[in-house]
Amino acid sequence: MSTDATLSFEEAMEKYDPVLGFEVHVELNTKTKMFSSAPNVFGDEPNTNVNEVDLGMPGVLPVVNRIAIESSIKIGLALNCKIAESCTFARKQYFYPDTPKNFQTSQYEDPIAYDGYLDIELSDGTIFRVEIERAHMEEDAGKLTHMGGASGRIQGADFSLVDYNRSGVPLVEIVTKPIEGAGSRAPELAKAYVAAVREIVKNLGVSDAKMERGNVRCDANVSLRPHGRERFGIRSETKNVNSLRAVEHAVRYEIQRHAAVLDAGNPVIQETRHWHEDTRTTTSGRPKSDADDYRYFPEPDLVPIVASREWVEELRATLPEPPAARRKRLQADWGYSDLEFRDVVNAGVMDEVEETIAAGASASVARKWWMGEIVGRAKNADVDPGQLGVQPATIVELNQLVEDGKINNKMATEVLDGVLAGEGTPAEIVEKRGLAVVSDDGPLMEAIDAALDAQPDVADKIRGGKVQAIGAIVGGVMKATRGQADAGRVRELILAKLGVEG
Amino acid sequence: MTDTNELIRLSAAQLAGMLAAGEVTSVEVTQAYLDRIAAVDGGERGVNAFLHVNTEEALAVAAEVDAIRAAGGAAAEELHELAGVPIAVKDLIVTIGQPTTAGSKILEGWHSPYDATVVKRLRAAKMPILGKTNLDEFAMGSSTEHSAYGPTRNPWDLDRIPGGSGGGSAAAVAAFEAPLALGTDTGGSIRQPGAVTGTVGVKPTYGGVSRYGAIAMASSLDQIGPVSRTVLDSALLHQVIGGHDPHDSTSLQDPLEDLAAAARIGNVDGMRIGIIKELHGEGYQAGVENRFNESLELLKQAGAEIVEVSCPNFQYALGAYYLIMPSEASSNLAKFDGVRYGLRVLPENGPMTIERVMGATRAAGFGDEVKRRIILGTYALSAGYYDAYYGSAQKVRTLVQRDFEAAFAQADVLISPTAPTTAFKLGEKLNDPLAMYLNDVATIPANLAGVPGLTLPGGLADEDGLPVGIQLLAPAREDARLYRVGAVLESLLEAQWGGPLLDRAPSLVETLVDAKEAK
Repeated sequence: MSTDATLSFEEAMEKYDPVLGFEVHVELNTKTKMFSSAPNVFGDEPNTNVNEVDLGMPGVLPVVNRIAIESSIKIGLALNCKIAESCTFARKQYFYPDTPKNFQTSQYEDPIAYDGYLDIELSDGTIFRVEIERAHMEEDAGKLTHMGGASGRIQGADFSLVDYNRSGVPLVEIVTKPIEGAGSRAPELAKAYVAAVREIVKNLGVSDAKMERGNVRCDANVSLRPHGRERFGIRSETKNVNSLRAVEHAVRYEIQRHAAVLDAGNPVIQETRHWHEDTRTTTSGRPKSDADDYRYFPEPDLVPIVASREWVEELRATLPEPPAARRKRLQADWGYSDLEFRDVVNAGVMDEVEETIAAGASASVARKWWMGEIVGRAKNADVDPGQLGVQPATIVELNQLVEDGKINNKMATEVLDGVLAGEGTPAEIVEKRGLAVVSDDGPLMEAIDAALDAQPDVADKIRGGKVQAIGAIVGGVMKATRGQADAGRVRELILAKLGVEG
Repeated sequence: MTDTNELIRLSAAQLAGMLAAGEVTSVEVTQAYLDRIAAVDGGERGVNAFLHVNTEEALAVAAEVDAIRAAGGAAAEELHELAGVPIAVKDLIVTIGQPTTAGSKILEGWHSPYDATVVKRLRAAKMPILGKTNLDEFAMGSSTEHSAYGPTRNPWDLDRIPGGSGGGSAAAVAAFEAPLALGTDTGGSIRQPGAVTGTVGVKPTYGGVSRYGAIAMASSLDQIGPVSRTVLDSALLHQVIGGHDPHDSTSLQDPLEDLAAAARIGNVDGMRIGIIKELHGEGYQAGVENRFNESLELLKQAGAEIVEVSCPNFQYALGAYYLIMPSEASSNLAKFDGVRYGLRVLPENGPMTIERVMGATRAAGFGDEVKRRIILGTYALSAGYYDAYYGSAQKVRTLVQRDFEAAFAQADVLISPTAPTTAFKLGEKLNDPLAMYLNDVATIPANLAGVPGLTLPGGLADEDGLPVGIQLLAPAREDARLYRVGAVLESLLEAQWGGPLLDRAPSLVETLVDAKEAK
């Protein structure tokens, strides 16, 4: 794999102005597929959730899933789009074994939703408006696994396996207009935009919205132009960037790569790029020209979709509150300061905090754990916090263990590591690792006596009423018990011993 | 029991009546047809109407019907009118338990895992399926010579074509190998074979019969329909297969009219019947023209008003058809790639890539006419040509629809010869695609507009003694009119001839024996 030259991001920004564009594919969570009655279920045995339609058997015909239309209209409305009164499907034709009919049934000339926008809040609170060109319906392809090759790509593979379970899963593809003016905030905007789309489809309940499962997939278009020039540069399209962090990194990398190409006086090649999470680089895919000939023509097996205004308004009335309103409500409910709340949003854990509170944690406990412990661990592991696998119930259980005095905070973080390492539930880990607060006062009293003897001047201060000096004695006791003592209990015992009111 | 030679010559309606009355059993009827197939279909000079004969299953269904009838009671009462009446199915329509080839090598040996909706309905009516009938590969042709499994021969003259693409279904019915058959009609594949074999065939209104399970050639034109020896029989079969199907989005929601009643009542008094100026005269064989004029005269005598209408855009219909049909076909046939089912051919040398396996499979699996249409359609849909070809053809389609609207403002039913000529000789037009395409000049407009059409035998041409077809056309969703007028014309013609036209068809068993003796 050749390594492309890159410029530093700062230098790239000095010389060039980035223009972005996104195609986000959202898999709908309808019960059945876009054009067949086969179940739309992730993760089952290959080629079990298929019928003759999904396999492209001779003689089959598609029938549009009405719920998928409703979901698409809801997405369109949430993206502030116009909804077409009547729209059609077309056939996009190309030979590839993941597409059983050798054409994909997709909307082409007349998408169900068009001309919308999404206001994106950046980390400092700035609002950036992204214009939405269209949101159209299409069917997903099957999943190919290429065996025996070095790269996992079809080139060089000995053979390929195909799973048609995903074939025919309803997709909505959301396409932005070219996004200009983001400047050096382009990578951040990229991440924030995809996060916002993900949040919308999740709140609408129309998608499971799990990026790691490919429910939300992003193709990121990047081009550069010298500052002050109006004409766009040549773009690359980085395919299937499947986490929020990866979206940010991929846009940043492509800006740096384009800048180096342009700086060397070369033209950027119009092509697709593959994102590699391990090296955080992209490699060349296939050339992509605007003139790719898919021989689109209207799908003759389907009749136009008619979305009456009454139906659209009925669906509009079912929409959940918009993200901005929801944020306002959540912040008020949780009692976070502006800064606290923005940190939660920027860390990408708002949904997780909400779920944790719903599971029984207090707002401050939820924030403490997500912001104080999990976000940092995610950063170290270089994944989105939600992908670490921490369940809301785990946090509630951990917190309960602390509140019950069974473990202290220090132990709790150790237990969390155990949970992430897959050692079991918090209670099991406490048991297995022998982590328990020493609750027998006998050994504690010995440690307290020793600590008071070691620091007689501090003991005197406390006796004299300077209760805040107690920290030094408590610290000594905790050190002596290797952190296994309950600090609160230690404090009580010290005060009792010295005959001072706490 | 009736003599088997008489039995196989009865109409489906007559058989249904005898079965209901207990005068004959379904096993007897089914066996008589199976015997006839065995006698006339195979061999070097056989009709070759069947690609697969479904003996066991057909007899099992027949026996089941007989048992239900014998037991009597509610189950016997509930039997469908056509229960026990056998039928042949064009091999473009998928069936569980029998191979479906579409007349192509690329599907040789393939068994469908599901039944077409029309087949489900035949099964629900308990009609024994005799087998699958021959066709031009993927229904592309007008002579059945493009079948990968050899041509079907016309029972009237075994050296002549039976029409196409549904030559197998038409010949099976004409040769008394089946009382009924299913066909598909994209540009005339039910009606033109009906014309040249002296049988009846109907292309219903587009959407009137579910296409689910008919291997698509051109989705916006394809329609399944009945093939029979009488107008009433087609109406009866039409009622079995017609009506809404949730598996076909283009299927009409309308409840089906009582088509058999229309055929039984039959009336043309005061009806305006329009001759389409552009669909007779120049380019039509003299004998065809004579029989056509004779039919007009009979209708007039029966009280119909004959008017002349003009459909000026019909002159562009054939050209538009040969852009829309191949465009859709090129797309519909893309799925035949050797990846999931059917033939798979590996390239003989060079690297083994998916593209090369697909290419080798399609090169070996498709015949020349299919390749011709795939190439034509691929070209017509290509960027830069789409507007000039596919786009313009769609505009012509709209104009043809408007011509029909204007014509139906002046006439209740339109009439024309079904095909410009009688059956031509096998091989005569095989290397001249344009001459072959011209056979469908009178049938194609109905497919472009989605209106229903019926062909019935109009007599024999003076010059060659071969059958001539008369075509009736009605507005969309007015299929009943075809049966009403068709039944009248049929009875007037038969009165003139003194019996069904097929009575004059050669007895094939003798022909075959003669041919054997000549050797």
